Amino acid sequence: MIAASNIIPLFVALPLAAAFLISLLGKRIKRLPDALGVLVALILCGLSLLSVRLHNIHGILTYSAGAWKPPIGIGMVLDGLSVFMLVTVNLVAFCVVVYSVNYMEKFTAKWKFYTLFFLMLGGMNGVIITGDMFNFFVFLEIAAVASYALVAFGTERQELEAAFKYAVMGTVGSLFILLGIAFLYSYTSTLNMADMSSVLAQKGTGNITLMVSVLFLMGFGLKAALVPFHAWLPDAHPSAPAPISAMLSGVLIKSLGIYALCRIFYNVIGMSPAISSILLFLGTLSMVVGGLLAIGQWDFKRLLAYSSISQIGYIILGLGLATPLGILGGLFHLFNHSVFKSLLFLNSGAVEYATGTRDLQKMGGLAKRMPVTATTAMTASMSIAGIPPFNGFWSKLLIIIAAVQAGRYGYAFWAVLISILTLAMYVRAMKYAFLGSLREGLSRIKEVPLFMKLSMGALALICLAGGLLLIPGINETFLQGARDVLLEGTEYAATVLKGIK
Amino acid sequence: MAVYLLCLVLFSLGLYCILRKRNIIKIIVGVIIAEYAVNLFFILVAYRMKGRSPILSPDAEILNMVDPLPHALVLTAIVIGLATTALLVAIAMRIYEKYGTFDITKIRELRG
Amino acid sequence: MSKEHEKGMSLIVKTITRLTVGLILLYGIYIVLHGHVSPGGGFAGGVIIALSFIHLMLAYGKETALRKLSKAAASFFESMGAILFLGIALLGFTGGYFFLNFISKGEPFKLFSAGIIPLCNIAICLKVGAGLFAIFVALVLLKFDSEKR
Repeated sequence: MIAASNIIPLFVALPLAAAFLISLLGKRIKRLPDALGVLVALILCGLSLLSVRLHNIHGILTYSAGAWKPPIGIGMVLDGLSVFMLVTVNLVAFCVVVYSVNYMEKFTAKWKFYTLFFLMLGGMNGVIITGDMFNFFVFLEIAAVASYALVAFGTERQELEAAFKYAVMGTVGSLFILLGIAFLYSYTSTLNMADMSSVLAQKGTGNITLMVSVLFLMGFGLKAALVPFHAWLPDAHPSAPAPISAMLSGVLIKSLGIYALCRIFYNVIGMSPAISSILLFLGTLSMVVGGLLAIGQWDFKRLLAYSSISQIGYIILGLGLATPLGILGGLFHLFNHSVFKSLLFLNSGAVEYATGTRDLQKMGGLAKRMPVTATTAMTASMSIAGIPPFNGFWSKLLIIIAAVQAGRYGYAFWAVLISILTLAMYVRAMKYAFLGSLREGLSRIKEVPLFMKLSMGALALICLAGGLLLIPGINETFLQGARDVLLEGTEYAATVLKGIK
Repeated sequence: MAVYLLCLVLFSLGLYCILRKRNIIKIIVGVIIAEYAVNLFFILVAYRMKGRSPILSPDAEILNMVDPLPHALVLTAIVIGLATTALLVAIAMRIYEKYGTFDITKIRELRG
Repeated sequence: MSKEHEKGMSLIVKTITRLTVGLILLYGIYIVLHGHVSPGGGFAGGVIIALSFIHLMLAYGKETALRKLSKAAASFFESMGAILFLGIALLGFTGGYFFLNFISKGEPFKLFSAGIIPLCNIAICLKVGAGLFAIFVALVLLKFDSEKR
């Protein structure tokens, strides 16, 4: 009988193995990158679903790399929140890999793309499962450096400019995080997150904790593109190839930014009313500014990128409320947003693949020629705008109800207002792109190839079925597990340390 | 205490260089300065009064060693910094190839 | 003088390089192999090994250095090092843990001791040495469109 916790290191080892194998053999064997990529992504997706079940049976799972017990060795922790994030990341990654089988044909070095992609995926999975502060930083940098290179993948003028801006700002964010880790280490003399949390609880919070909080807020704010730190996102996300935009907007900013923010502020440092109100303010600011800036965009992918900032604001608003319902709504919106925003970016990629343009004014009437793309894009737009049967409606509703319950009527008002704005923005985009009469010069376009259709269809189905996650029975296994981890706050230390013994 | 503050001053100097300079290469130099300031801070955190280097050898006893863990961490951070710097330099060379200039005020095709 | 000799730096630099480059390479290998008993290890040794090749390239021009270690070979060694390292880590599963030191540790301060750590050092050395050289070559060989014409 193999111990259940042996599943944990596989989430890092498999993508890294895939990356190195593809870089070793991909140049020589033509079809290997596609086949290996899809296979590994499928296995990871299956493993993440298996981890949901394992977590339900065994509760929190811990793993000590090399049999060195934490806090001396590097510990890995699989709790409710990690399981939730792993499912989100690997599900989207699988759909994106299937999509890029066809989409990336137009680039010459496909194996380089897969190598960087799996490095990024390995980094993200590592960030999610690790229980060690410095190990966390290393994985964060693996994912970030791979993503800088992926943004510059096309090596055209705008892509390079965007990649340079993204790389410099991302590096500055990482440096803030590293400085914060140095302060925390000097104060607590440990690197294990659970141990750190218990030491902080004993020593009490002081000026150092305040300093560290500010540094982490800046660092992870840069990674998550909260509004004062958002300048790189609207350039970097549209410039990357469509599958990478989907990964960046769908899961990278969430696992490196929001997940890390939650884990550290809720579980390690401990949530205080001050941090909560800062998060609420920043979340609402991102929501409003992102929404307002998105309205005037004619570039399809740029509109989606600004809309990402706005939706990140919703998630932070929900998580910042720090009430059970607010956290549940925020996490649910995180899952939903990664599904429908990746779907929308894949749609924009499909439109670009067929027509060669991203300008909404040059499109029109595409629904007749590209029925699958049009239908899935409509589904995603209705989800993101919050039309009732789709998943986006439920999560936004939860966040707004939670804000009202917490007595934050102002924030609830802004959330409703921006929701209407989002609806207007997506109705306009869909009208220009897919409805109306077919433009001249676009009469010869064709629907995209099979694999692209498959992956878009799968994501659209998840959009439709996403609301089911709230049904009692499914809710307890998936969403509430993640919520409980955040709710228990610094009790996390005791839970993890008990798991290690 | 002053040493730590000087270290943070060095970090701020790097940040100033990133934010104010217009030449891409100077921005990269700023990134490197900020990175090294953080590494230096980590090493300073490890120092103990009258500590000796944390190397285990057959005849020495384990006394008064400085904290070896941050040294290992800084080594990792240096490797990460190497990767980031190499990537930034490669992008900067490509930008020079496409735009013919290192001045960021002239490289402005993307708004916002 | 043949054309070969006109490339690279002056005769003095070339002579000194010819004499020292082997020693630098040897020193790098020493650092790697003694990584577990003395300061140093895979990364430091790998950097020194890469520097010996970069030294060769600076003194003799890129053709000579690339004949010794081509770009394809460098990227092969780099991937190989990474796979070896991951393979060693995965072999730890035979003892039940990822990254388990499954070989007997031996006696401290002997060359053949410390289980998997010397093997890991060799893998890291391959990765870092080849990787650093590949970065250098990639930056040196980057052709601009204007220069190709």
